[in-house]
Amino acid sequence: MAVVITQLFNGISLGSILLLIALGLAITFGLMNVINMAHGEFIMAGAYTTYVVQQAFSHYVPASLFNYYYVAAIPLSFLIGALLGFILEKTLIRFLYHRPLDSLLATWGVSLILQQVARSIFGAPNVAVTSPTWLDGGLTIAGAVLPYKRLFIIALVTICMVSLYLYLDKTAAGRKMRAVTMNRSMASSLGVSTKKVDATAFAIGSGLAGVAGCALTVLGPIGSTIGTYYIVDAFMIVILGGIGSLIGTVFGALSVGMLGTIAEFWSGASMAKVIVFVAIIAFLQFKPAGLLSARTRSLE
Amino acid sequence: MTVLRKLWSKQTMIAAISAAALTLSGCAASNALNEEEDTPAADTGDTVKVGVLHSLSGTMAISEVSLRDAELMAIEEINAEGGVLGKQIEPIVEDGASDWPTFAEKAKKLLQKDEVATVFGGWTSASRKAMLPVFEQNNGLLWYPVQYEGMESSPNIFYTGATTNQQIVPSVTWLLENKGKSFFLIGSDYVFPRTANKEIKAQLEAEDGTLVGEEYTPLGHTDYSTLISKIKEEKPEVIYNTLNGDSNVAFFKQLKDAGITADDITVLSVSIAEEEIRGIGTDILTGHYAAWNYFQTTDTPENEKFVAAYKKAYGDDRVTGDPIEAAYNAVYLWAAAVEKAESFDVDAVKEAAGGIEFKAPGGTVTIDGDNQHTYKTVRVGEIQADGQFKEVWNSGEPVKPDPYLETYPWAEGLN
Repeated sequence: MAVVITQLFNGISLGSILLLIALGLAITFGLMNVINMAHGEFIMAGAYTTYVVQQAFSHYVPASLFNYYYVAAIPLSFLIGALLGFILEKTLIRFLYHRPLDSLLATWGVSLILQQVARSIFGAPNVAVTSPTWLDGGLTIAGAVLPYKRLFIIALVTICMVSLYLYLDKTAAGRKMRAVTMNRSMASSLGVSTKKVDATAFAIGSGLAGVAGCALTVLGPIGSTIGTYYIVDAFMIVILGGIGSLIGTVFGALSVGMLGTIAEFWSGASMAKVIVFVAIIAFLQFKPAGLLSARTRSLE
Repeated sequence: MTVLRKLWSKQTMIAAISAAALTLSGCAASNALNEEEDTPAADTGDTVKVGVLHSLSGTMAISEVSLRDAELMAIEEINAEGGVLGKQIEPIVEDGASDWPTFAEKAKKLLQKDEVATVFGGWTSASRKAMLPVFEQNNGLLWYPVQYEGMESSPNIFYTGATTNQQIVPSVTWLLENKGKSFFLIGSDYVFPRTANKEIKAQLEAEDGTLVGEEYTPLGHTDYSTLISKIKEEKPEVIYNTLNGDSNVAFFKQLKDAGITADDITVLSVSIAEEEIRGIGTDILTGHYAAWNYFQTTDTPENEKFVAAYKKAYGDDRVTGDPIEAAYNAVYLWAAAVEKAESFDVDAVKEAAGGIEFKAPGGTVTIDGDNQHTYKTVRVGEIQADGQFKEVWNSGEPVKPDPYLETYPWAEGLN
């Protein structure tokens, strides 16, 4: 029984982690159609921001408040990610809309540059982040231990998802963003500044990558190459979910997470990767548009 | 518009898939080489060129950058003492980029274009296996400084790290005697962990241990929740860990979160040295074990000098470790062999190398002329809260290298 609960939880947990890394990409790749290979490096930037905040707290803040560094690190990671994304959009991406292959190569170059910059600043070895003590331990249900860190990530991704949904659906800025992605020329002719919207959307997507980086510090390594571990999975999930569909991304992440953990439990980690890849490729053969394809109301 | 959008998405999708392929295959830039090129030989003039080939980028950079630093430090020290055969050593540093074909390319470049006298390099067995044919075809010389799975003895490679009977075999015996009989083996999915575990399984069978599980994860794997629930199912007394690189961080963090501490299950690792401990976090590792031939805390006068020099050169916050020491030794052993041979010629150096001794930081090491490995003392250490090891056991004297485990009856049929 404990194993079933644990594995069910592991599946949801892996799904939530995948969703967190894919959420930003769902905006920049899914909605804006920009292939940003440097997305993983924004995750890295978020992770290093967390490290820097932790160092700052351990030096300048009384020890009793140290545990709260993580609370400060989350918004800061978002801001750093968003800032990097904003700069990248303004200096590079905006010249490459409608040229996906060029933006692929250019942003891959940017990703290598960012990795090297991180290595120059922080050194090649990994850095360690001590997770706040309130995330230590776990909830025990029927003999299964559900680590607080994983529960926290599930909560965090839910919050990100809901705020993103509210932003896109309920605010004027969000509706403008959707208008631009659905029909750029019509939105533009109605007075929406598409340039501004593009930059904002890209910054938000990158900021979400920063948050993902911050969250991943409690579970995984923090080094210059961590972005490369997640980027392929992130693209895979957005494509599987259906380009342009946020809800599709949620389903994509959860199904990959569940399938991945179940396959790993019955075979092994390497085999599970193969099974997931094959399943996705087979699925896309039958449904090339992904789980949920975005429909637009624009005329032909 | 819909038609346009569809086309657009398809194009985007193709690009995304190529992007994924690019990332997966890594950056294997090919070096076009002009083999006919007439470059000066390694030992002309006042300098002799040597190659230093480690991953300075990619997933293995975490470990390999320090080996480069140690080798450059040894070269500098030898140069300050007047060099080798009166010549200054000129290091040529190349980046293997954690990508095995790149290692082979760069090795070829060092041997053919730069015509180096020898190369110090490698960490993963996959990188060594990729370089091996290059060194054998070009009759080059490679000094490989990392513990590995054994079952190899190339005439063109000197192995200054431990082979199995100098690290894994004695540590398994130690675990069986002190920590428990039921073993769970985990490792990264490539040649070193798979070969090492084959040997461990044979040894467990011969020495009354039981195997309760064996799992492999791809290099760079970051989610260990499922593997940990398998461990919980099987309830082993000992986890023998041959994971490599960043995966260790994810594994140990998540193991602790799942409520498993060193008191519940002993984890003994063979790829975690002082440097890696810092990147994982000492609070997570305290109480677990590692098997090596050298610790920063090893008490010898040579080590005191070595640690001080290393910290002076690269900063007070840096730590030494077993592969770092083995890389440092490699340069001195090569220099001593050259002095004895009175030549930089590969065959002459190999001929002279047998029996060469060096008072290393971890105790005296001696080159075994038969298999080109070194005699080394085996140590097991417990990780302390300050990120250093406390030695809990050592073999007392340097152990003769036996890469094919010929002296162990249970190892028959493994190679």
